[in-house]
Amino acid sequence: MASTTPLDLPPAPPVPRGRPRSTGRVGDKIFIGLSRGSGILLLVVMASIAVFLSYRAVLAISKNEGNFLTTLDWNPAGDPPVFGIAVLLFGTVVSSVIAMVIAVPVAVGIALFISHYAPRRLAAPLGYVIDLLAAVPSIVYGIWGALVLVPYLEGLNLWLDQFFGWTYVFEKTEVGIARSLFTVGILLAIMILPIVTSVSREVFLQVPRTNEEAALALGATRWEVVRLSVLPFGRSGIISASMLGLGRALGETMAVATVLSPSFLISLHVLDPGGGTFAQNIAAKFGEADAFGRDALIASGLVLFVLTLLVNGAARLIIARRKEYSGANA
Amino acid sequence: MKLQRKNRLRATALGALAVSGALVLTACGSDDNSGAGPDSDGRTTAAASAIECDGAEGQLRASGSSAQKNAMDLWVKNYMAACSGVQVNYNSSSSGEGIVAFNQGTVGFAGSDSALKPEEVAESKEICGTGQGINLPMVGGPVAIGYHLEGVDSLVLDAPTIAKIFDTRIKKWNDPAIAALNEGTELPDKAIQAFHRSEDSGTTQNLGKYLGAAAPDDWTYEAEKKWPAPGGQAASGSSGVASQVKAVDGSIGYFELSYAASQGLTTVDIDTGGPAPVEATSENASKAIAAAKVTGTGKDLALELDYTTKAEGAYPLVLVTYEVVCDTGNKADTLATVKSFLGYTASEDGQKVLTDAGYAPIPEAINAKVRETVAGLS
Repeated sequence: MASTTPLDLPPAPPVPRGRPRSTGRVGDKIFIGLSRGSGILLLVVMASIAVFLSYRAVLAISKNEGNFLTTLDWNPAGDPPVFGIAVLLFGTVVSSVIAMVIAVPVAVGIALFISHYAPRRLAAPLGYVIDLLAAVPSIVYGIWGALVLVPYLEGLNLWLDQFFGWTYVFEKTEVGIARSLFTVGILLAIMILPIVTSVSREVFLQVPRTNEEAALALGATRWEVVRLSVLPFGRSGIISASMLGLGRALGETMAVATVLSPSFLISLHVLDPGGGTFAQNIAAKFGEADAFGRDALIASGLVLFVLTLLVNGAARLIIARRKEYSGANA
Repeated sequence: MKLQRKNRLRATALGALAVSGALVLTACGSDDNSGAGPDSDGRTTAAASAIECDGAEGQLRASGSSAQKNAMDLWVKNYMAACSGVQVNYNSSSSGEGIVAFNQGTVGFAGSDSALKPEEVAESKEICGTGQGINLPMVGGPVAIGYHLEGVDSLVLDAPTIAKIFDTRIKKWNDPAIAALNEGTELPDKAIQAFHRSEDSGTTQNLGKYLGAAAPDDWTYEAEKKWPAPGGQAASGSSGVASQVKAVDGSIGYFELSYAASQGLTTVDIDTGGPAPVEATSENASKAIAAAKVTGTGKDLALELDYTTKAEGAYPLVLVTYEVVCDTGNKADTLATVKSFLGYTASEDGQKVLTDAGYAPIPEAINAKVRETVAGLS
């Protein structure tokens, strides 16, 4: 932009630092009032939601006879009420980790291909197709997963059991079709692929042209260019993209509820049916729950909220430490 | 010029949207709930003259059990055909939501899979003023145990075997316990996959009550809406369980009889210890409900089912769903409609409809009390 400015123009007035001042015109005053008001309103609404949720959660937890963090059961309608989030926390983390392990390398690969390898005629349509995946409603993924993916994965499960059963994780101890946390992880991986891909692609396109040209001038191959200039520059971008994807995986509800065969058991055998996630459990139990049961579900939702906050906080920390590479802070 | 074209395009799009929107809306408005005469299944709706509409008017909202949804749909359709000017909306969400809505005073009556708990009765006193919530048994039905096993067309099980199967203690179809009940049937050496409901459900609770009463040594879990046993696989809703059983060879599950019919699944005959194994049918379920005792006090007609009945042809695994109303202190603007509508559902005609929908009519002795109670609502 700067290079197109004609040189004979007077220099632009210095931009005032700090808080922008009102010019005193009526329109500006109204605008400032409106934006400040809506900002405050938003905070008030969010704070009151948080207060309401915490209040209901405390009500439920105070009557809980089990340990909220370690009990392997969900029975708030029982006498006495006993419920705990251990299974849900475990299931949510395990399925999201599986999803990330599968999705992030694939997504980075696709993003690199689109931004640096594919011919331009192919790159744009490919990008659109990947982005379209994000527009498919999650229940559609759920139905597709239950009807197509689950029967299809049975063979893969048997194969994994046969050759990787010694890892314990891939040992199949129960008969049954593939309605497991592993299948959920694969489905979540497909669902978070578009967001990780498209953010990574944007970041890779931001790599300064001069960096790449310098590497090429030194005789680097295309892969070396990617390794030496594109990936280091894009690392914080990839991390933020992954965290966006992780946020979606943690909170995914309908797809998980449709595919998983839930049960309140913790098992590291990821191929066995069973387990559960926060969001899936809320969707499954909300309908039949009485007032107290709903409070208990709200309490579990708060834990998911805290978990998401922690993940986001961790991501910000990582990005802050790598600030020098970030395009946004350059 | 360009701008004008854009505007025209936009106007056309808006117009198209309006027209299609209007079409959609009118399509909703002309729902088939006004149609008397033969419906899509060729059944004829009850003659209008049998339904007494006296005083009924306006809108009646109700909510609750999805187990009685198909019966309610038929009743609402017949009733609204006979009584013009009355609108009945039954939201088949769940028993839990129905009772919550009832105790908040937002519905005229609630449908429930199980009788009100004491604390729910206490809550209802705030809404009913002088009275309290009572249970009227209205719809009965068999809970079928459906299975999918290639090469086996009929299967007999008894309560202890069913309990062990759903507790995943019997793991193979050719287990001696199953073979002993099915002499002459060749059972394959295949793993049993037992499916249960993933969400809390009155059907689960009824299965638990039955197994707890008929096989107390083999089923030691409390009868709750939540599935209690650790093993097996879960699916959402009766329809979810039924479609999983249909899809998976070697599977077994439980659901209302109508789901077995709609998925074309074979059901288990139960060996009650009576003269012969009993098939899951509406008729056989009614025979078992006839053995029930009324345990409610005053106007409350909550039933206690006899799950251990050995009467000939009585299918013991049954569930009874209730309509929950205030005995006195119903809201003035819906009282007449509630009395008229529930009067129809409890009437001979109303109960006759049930058999067609895969349910079982409430036996006449209990039904007579229901009619009397409905007539005395105030």
